[in-house]
Amino acid sequence: MTSTRFIITVIGIDKIGIVASITKVMADYNVNIVDISQTIMEDLFTMIMLAGVDSENFDLAAFQKAMVGKGEKLGVEVRVQHEDAFRFMHRI
Amino acid sequence: MLIHPEEILETIHMIKAENFDIRTVTMGINLRDCCHSDIDVLNENIYNKITGYAKELVRTTEEVQNLYGIPITNKRIAVTPIAIVAESCDTEDYVSIAKTLDRAADDVGIDFIGGFSALVHKGMTPGYLKLINSIPQALANTKKVCSSVNVATTKAGINMDAVAMMGHIVKKTAEATKDADGIGCAKLVIFANAPEDNPFMAGAFHGIGEPDCVINVGVSGPGVVNSTVRELKDPDLGEISEAIKKTAFKITRMGEMVGREVSRRLNVDFGVLDLSLAPTPEIGDSVAAILEAMGLETCGTHGTTAALALLNDAVKKGGSMASSYVGGLSGAFIPVSEDAGMIRAVELGALSLEKLEAMTSVCSVGLDMIAIPGDTSAATISAIIADEMAIGMINKKTTAVRLIPAPGKKVGDSVEFGGLLGRAPVMKVSEFSSEEFIARGGRIPAPIQALTN
Repeated sequence: MTSTRFIITVIGIDKIGIVASITKVMADYNVNIVDISQTIMEDLFTMIMLAGVDSENFDLAAFQKAMVGKGEKLGVEVRVQHEDAFRFMHRI
Repeated sequence: MLIHPEEILETIHMIKAENFDIRTVTMGINLRDCCHSDIDVLNENIYNKITGYAKELVRTTEEVQNLYGIPITNKRIAVTPIAIVAESCDTEDYVSIAKTLDRAADDVGIDFIGGFSALVHKGMTPGYLKLINSIPQALANTKKVCSSVNVATTKAGINMDAVAMMGHIVKKTAEATKDADGIGCAKLVIFANAPEDNPFMAGAFHGIGEPDCVINVGVSGPGVVNSTVRELKDPDLGEISEAIKKTAFKITRMGEMVGREVSRRLNVDFGVLDLSLAPTPEIGDSVAAILEAMGLETCGTHGTTAALALLNDAVKKGGSMASSYVGGLSGAFIPVSEDAGMIRAVELGALSLEKLEAMTSVCSVGLDMIAIPGDTSAATISAIIADEMAIGMINKKTTAVRLIPAPGKKVGDSVEFGGLLGRAPVMKVSEFSSEEFIARGGRIPAPIQALTN
């Protein structure tokens, strides 16, 4: 693994409190937001975050479960993917 | 942000809407050190070797899948051709070895295990003969075991005695699994120029030039290529090729990344990435749909071979730059039962066995997952195999045959296998005899390598 940064995407119908609820889960797991962008694309709320973690003692599976669970409550789709998945595909 | 949001959403769209996945992570395991004259000891050695190397395969693969958020559909194992491993064994029948492979596969939680195989392109040893005769019962008594027999190479020619024998073996395998429409035949491949590092089933085996243990990865993504071609606005064929190349590059990069991470975590060599476009029965995840996106009314009409040649070449060009080690089959697959577009084309009467045969001369891998009438003679099946082997031998490429003579079924019926194996409409074969030609036996000599017209 070349970095311990994750891309977090949140896609779904816009409503009040999405950013607050999602970032709360991140704070609980000590996940730091490095960069964030948010738009409404084709009527869909789309938030993309670059997040950094201290890889020691970080339980990715538990964090993903908490994030996806929170997303389900909010009616949005949340994905937590290692940054390399995008770097490998789009950068040579 | 280092990566543009549009690029991030593109990747997510591929996974979510276009069925992009890593089709298989296949662990190759050498079993040559398991040999023993006592079959019980041999079986125990095989079981221990496989479960020793592969015990963490499924868990590790799932961890990598979750890390990158990219589905890895199958986890598989390929082993040394069993005929080689069992040759020194004092037994007449290798069915118990197939059962051992099945048990090991179940216990480590993988989907399929390949390598109940023989390499008889020039001739047959007693071990190869025993293995081939064991195939029908081996496939009828196991769920996850896959079998392959290489009967031809460009350097050796075609072993027509083996081709004649395989016609009977295919029939017997169908008969032995007739309660499930001959599904045993879906796990049996007859090859020309079989690759030693192919991660795809049913033809995977761990070749004799391979290390003790290796990870090979097969990518997929007909759905992604299909969408890419359809999004182009009035393109010429050069532009279509360019778009496919770029997409193949992106898909392949994911496979490379996943393969390297899995092999790093398991501390096993990374072998090759197989660039094949493997369709699934999902709507849109279809090689036929890509050909139709290029402007054919239906797959199988005139122009299909040319469109497929363009697709196959563009995938290789894009993919080969994305990976350090490309191998295996690496070409577009055209398995009829596994591709909703192919099934539709057959049912429309647009796609025949003869057209499929022509298509296999420009793509991977052969006459694949095709149901034919249950009463087709062994000689006719052998003759279909011989034609396909000739295409492979002359064109210096891998070709294969995976036919299902569906017991009790006629043209117009269809056979339902379920899952990734899909549904196969029964296709027409020639009613004229090839009996005398196949009965001659012997070898078709290796072809001349110059005078290439």
